[in-house]
Amino acid sequence: MPLTKNQIAQRIAQELQSGFYVNLGIGIPTLVANHVPKEMAVEFQSENGILGVGPFPEAGKEDPDLVNAGKQTITPLPGSSYFDSAVSFGMIRGKHIDLTVLGAMEVSETGDIANWKVPGKLVKGMGGAMDLVASSENIIVAMIHTDSKGASKLLKKCTLPLTGVRCVKRIVTHLAVLDVVEGGFLLKERAPGVSVDEIQLATEGRLVVPKFVPEMIF
Amino acid sequence: MIHKKVETVNEALEGIQSGMTLMLGGFGLCGIPENLISALAQSSFENFTCISANVGVDDFGLGLLFGAKKIKKMYGSYVGENQEFERQLLSGEIEVSLVPMGTLAEKCRAAQMGIPAFYTPAGFGTEVALEKELRDFNGKTYLLETAFQSDFSLVKAWKGDEAGNLIFRGTARNFNPLMCGASSVTVAEVEELVPAGELDPNQIHTPGIFVDRIFQGKLYEKRIERRTTQNP
Repeated sequence: MPLTKNQIAQRIAQELQSGFYVNLGIGIPTLVANHVPKEMAVEFQSENGILGVGPFPEAGKEDPDLVNAGKQTITPLPGSSYFDSAVSFGMIRGKHIDLTVLGAMEVSETGDIANWKVPGKLVKGMGGAMDLVASSENIIVAMIHTDSKGASKLLKKCTLPLTGVRCVKRIVTHLAVLDVVEGGFLLKERAPGVSVDEIQLATEGRLVVPKFVPEMIF
Repeated sequence: MIHKKVETVNEALEGIQSGMTLMLGGFGLCGIPENLISALAQSSFENFTCISANVGVDDFGLGLLFGAKKIKKMYGSYVGENQEFERQLLSGEIEVSLVPMGTLAEKCRAAQMGIPAFYTPAGFGTEVALEKELRDFNGKTYLLETAFQSDFSLVKAWKGDEAGNLIFRGTARNFNPLMCGASSVTVAEVEELVPAGELDPNQIHTPGIFVDRIFQGKLYEKRIERRTTQNP
């Protein structure tokens, strides 16, 4: 069975390590925060200016001065701090963030990523994504393997305007976990019950398939 | 004490003219100068170039200025939530320059701090890097970005005093402190304006030297863009 969006987030949460400062992008990445093991000490940064992002507030306790980068109301956890946007991106540019998780429209087999613009159709802007991918050393992309028409989003070469080049290290899709290596997408894990052939069919870029590809364990 | 307090929003905006470049603080609808935006939307001035992280929503925030067709050029970073903006962009009525958010912040801060330009890796290999000077440092390529040049900075703080000192609250801080002193004139509106001496100098985020005029804002709506709660 291919993973749900929530399961993609759950699988990515397994990449967290105690002591990590983590930036989560909008969409599937935001869900990763729901799957942090209780004993693990991680802090989430939102680039609009908070470290220590906590859960959504209870109804009636929303504070308009407290939002995340997706403009959703949030609460701060004990140990939180607020700061301006230059300091926030200093944390990112200065490599103080240990893990970046973001969504993508396309990823190439050399680790290029496109996620901010579809020419003539959709212009959302890059927001903080270009700063994040240009500076982070540990970038995981969370995405559905194919688009709504079934076309692969893991490509030889991105067709959309790029957000960054040679920066993606790992991709978790609803079908597989893949690493970007010399030679293409290295297939690390399959979603439970999904075959290598299915993943191959959904991947336009070069897929490197080891002899044994384990299923993801939850 | 150098006195920065003005009584009205019109006094605060004295000297503003059509065609000027304005910086506006806020992230989405969080920490926006509501009183100043309303006054501009209702004014006869137009053809502004605006610098702000986002573009508001259709009927609030910067959206009020797009709705009133006051903006001819926009420097922003994430512009996804405003349909009127998108219409004006796709129809070519406005010119838009999209800037990586960290670069946008630093272009404001550089203007504030008297730094004409800086190198950043954001946008290398993308269309953002087109026609920009590239330079390698320690094996990595960076692009040269320049400080903004702007006529008015319009910011919003939580508390301020008559000397222009500002304190921000929560994530409403965002771009506001970076824009203070980054334009020829900086105007701050605050939710609570107190006499000099009442704010603890240890707690000041932005010293009054970066602020030219300060006034008590009125009728804050502080609209929430994405009200999200537990177990909705």
